[in-house]
Amino acid sequence: MAEETLLTDDFLRQLINVGEVDIVVGLPTHNNANTLEPVLRAIQAGILKCFPRERVVIINADGGSQDGTPELVTGVSIDDVWKVSKVYALRTLHSISTRYAHTPEPGTALRTILAAADLLRAKASVLVSPDSTTIEPDWLQRLARPVYNDNIDMVSPIYRRQTSEGVLMRNLLYPMTRAIYGHRIREPYASEFAISGRLAADFLAKDIWNEDWGRVGAEICLTITAITGNYRTSQCFLGTKTHPDRSGGDLVATMRRTVGALFSSLDSNFPLWSTITDSQAVPTFGTQSEVTLEPVRVNRKRLREMFATGVAELEPIFRSILSASTLSELQRIASLDVSDFNYPADVWAKTVFEFAASYHKSVINRDHIVQALVPLYRGRALTFLLENREGSGEDIEKSVESLCGDFERLKPYLLEVWADRK
Amino acid sequence: MREIIITELTQASQELARAFAHYLPRLIVMLIIAFVGWVIAYLLKVLVRSILRLTKFSKLSENSGATQLLKQAALPSSTELLSRFVFWVAWVGFILLGVSVLGIVGLQEYISRFFLFLPRLFVSLVILFFGLLAASFFSRAVLLAAVNANFRSSRLLSISIRIIISIFALSMVFEVLGVAEETMLIAFGTAFGAVMLGLAIAFGLGGQDLAREFLERRLGTGKREEKEDELSPL
Repeated sequence: MAEETLLTDDFLRQLINVGEVDIVVGLPTHNNANTLEPVLRAIQAGILKCFPRERVVIINADGGSQDGTPELVTGVSIDDVWKVSKVYALRTLHSISTRYAHTPEPGTALRTILAAADLLRAKASVLVSPDSTTIEPDWLQRLARPVYNDNIDMVSPIYRRQTSEGVLMRNLLYPMTRAIYGHRIREPYASEFAISGRLAADFLAKDIWNEDWGRVGAEICLTITAITGNYRTSQCFLGTKTHPDRSGGDLVATMRRTVGALFSSLDSNFPLWSTITDSQAVPTFGTQSEVTLEPVRVNRKRLREMFATGVAELEPIFRSILSASTLSELQRIASLDVSDFNYPADVWAKTVFEFAASYHKSVINRDHIVQALVPLYRGRALTFLLENREGSGEDIEKSVESLCGDFERLKPYLLEVWADRK
Repeated sequence: MREIIITELTQASQELARAFAHYLPRLIVMLIIAFVGWVIAYLLKVLVRSILRLTKFSKLSENSGATQLLKQAALPSSTELLSRFVFWVAWVGFILLGVSVLGIVGLQEYISRFFLFLPRLFVSLVILFFGLLAASFFSRAVLLAAVNANFRSSRLLSISIRIIISIFALSMVFEVLGVAEETMLIAFGTAFGAVMLGLAIAFGLGGQDLAREFLERRLGTGKREEKEDELSPL
């Protein structure tokens, strides 16, 4: 039903030409010509190396690229990979592309790829980010093999990162998802993952697609669907993950599609998450690789200033979102110098939970609530960077684990503020 | 002489009694209408209050900033105020309807004017409410956007937006009510112009850095602060 309106006639014709497949490799793109070629080469090499007998198709869902990204996907030849790998696929490898919109919408891109995979009756769908320049051919196997061979429904990645990368993931998305839904999935908003055909079909049937947060934050909704639907989930170590554009794009937009989607999911899943009291480990495959941590080059003074300005300027808004004690604690933190700056983990967890409860009660416009969290996240990011300035990868893991412990310990507080009728 | 006085007094008292007898039923009808009107107005008040509570109107009012304004003016909550307003408008309407039954010459015109004024009063209240709502929403949106973009004087910008939208809404309210239309138009024009000029001067002189920063960002000619940008959220 969804496919009929989502997939264009031209795209449907391309899919009919492809026929049934075993694995779909999805590439959601928007002006990624600069980084796409090595990613495509790695995907093709991965297919040749790991799935030479399987019917595989690369599907590109493009959000209105102006730099020839779709042409790059459909035009790239597999001959070059054959020459290098000396391995020949026993099947034709199709690469097809469709433009789902003139502006990028990550959720719609994902939906298009999954709808196509559903039509092609793919057993496994692997999503790959077009800017993952550190991708290796093995990634495809690590992600798709458990789904294709072992009946796992979702495989999400674990990356090794620099201290200044994945800060929102490590300080909010992972700890909160873990505390709320009780599954220790490290990347609830993953840019690379694999899912089974049945999970894809179930996810496509969800009614999140008419919601704004569903369209922009579908990736996190997919993880939550896998958890709440009792699907078999696992993780695999993929190695180093870096973003070529280290600015991380628009922070407010990122918060909307991740934190906004996570907060929204709490409403409909309340009966489920309110009864979960602890978290369980998720089966993890592969070998954990070490990353050489580079010195963090972040303007700490500016981060502190943006946090302090936010706390001062947004005080009237915070009064309707936060409790008096949390707000006064934030005001105290805002008065600290960079050298003494510390936004403690428990205060951060309380802040996030109070925001989530306020989001649930819609004390003000929901989008404004997510936006108001941005300066506070900057404060927490500064503390995270300061705490792990000299630390090793192991130390960072311990720090994240400790933060997760605080989120889990304070979950009853979330239930308390959630139920508060104020 | 004595007889004339007695006759006149008798006539006057008879006329008074006749007039009273003539008006008494109308007076009773008026009182009945007023009483029935009170009952209907009270029921309307209860109904409106229940509907507003069910639709969580107080939350909308809180979001719009109307609750804060009412608190500052030591007035009851918006739900209570609106239900009381409905009660009084309905009851006064019934009282005037009852008074019209008395047939007092000259009063009819005022009564019909009152009934003609009611829709305009209602429309102006709706405009005022949504004006306050829009002022609150947009000023908050501007404040958040400015703070997250690290603009200086974000609160000043936000307050300016609130004032401009509120002035605009108020001028519309006065125009709908027909109160000093020309004066309000001139006052609005002057106030709006003054605010815009003040903002332009403040932006150009007081906020030179902000103006430079803004233009540099818009034109893409300024140096990017690269160091903070190395923080990647995902």
